[in-house]
Amino acid sequence: MVETILFFLFAGFAIACGISLVYHRNPLYSAISLVGVFLSLSCIYVTLAAPFIAAVQVLIYAGAIMVLVVFVILLLNLEDDKPRSSLTYLYGVAGGLGLALLAQAFFIFYAVSRAPKQAVNMDETVGRTLSIGQGMYTQYLLPVEIVGVMLLMAIIGGVVLARRLSQPQLELVVDEELDRRMESDQKDDYRISF
Amino acid sequence: MEPSLASYLALSGILFAIGAVGVVYKRNAIGVFMCIELMLNAVNLTFVAFSRYYADVTGQLFVFMVMSVAAAEAAVGLGIIIAFFRNRQSIDVDDASILKN
Repeated sequence: MVETILFFLFAGFAIACGISLVYHRNPLYSAISLVGVFLSLSCIYVTLAAPFIAAVQVLIYAGAIMVLVVFVILLLNLEDDKPRSSLTYLYGVAGGLGLALLAQAFFIFYAVSRAPKQAVNMDETVGRTLSIGQGMYTQYLLPVEIVGVMLLMAIIGGVVLARRLSQPQLELVVDEELDRRMESDQKDDYRISF
Repeated sequence: MEPSLASYLALSGILFAIGAVGVVYKRNAIGVFMCIELMLNAVNLTFVAFSRYYADVTGQLFVFMVMSVAAAEAAVGLGIIIAFFRNRQSIDVDDASILKN
């Protein structure tokens, strides 16, 4: 019973924070809403007997990734997102996509709750750090190695991308393109001319 | 009494739908990025729920892999956003149209 109450509490909080993430136009408010989603999902992981994943969720998502995102938001000094002037049909696309995915979610809810109940094996030791470590370094050693190589590639890629371009030609190409567009049409919004 | 597997899947589906709507709706590249993170988290929730209900550790291991991919995505994606901002003084995804004509 306690689990059910906690589940609905944190599920409601997660959905409210998710809606607030999409609704707010200020990127900093969106980032704080996303931290709320991460924290409530972490609480749900605790009720699902996965304490290791819950801790890692707080450390990596709420701790590392969101700090990086907030740094970038503050570094770029972004203003609020304005409503679209062009490409307004995307609002319709978003609404249709959302309704289709929600219908799918409720169909899954209906189908799974109608399915015959299986004997649920509530093994409390599955989520412990010991069993995760054993799985990670025995059966799933190759995926862990691949993830390590991928993280190395991401670090190198991040450094290369964030560095100033050393080839001046590339910046010149972009500047020339921008100048050409600004001259070709003097409208405020040059995207309309396509 | 525990909530059923179906309610976890429904929560995950709702969060995924919110994230997918946000990816299309947001103009801000950082907003799009955060909505993608929300979708990854929705998928993680199904992994953990199935891992709980089938008492198998594989689901939780793959949550770990998804988190590593998300961290790598954060590093590379934010690098791309900064490079884009440096060239265009904007991170509006509609401005990323240099390949369009």
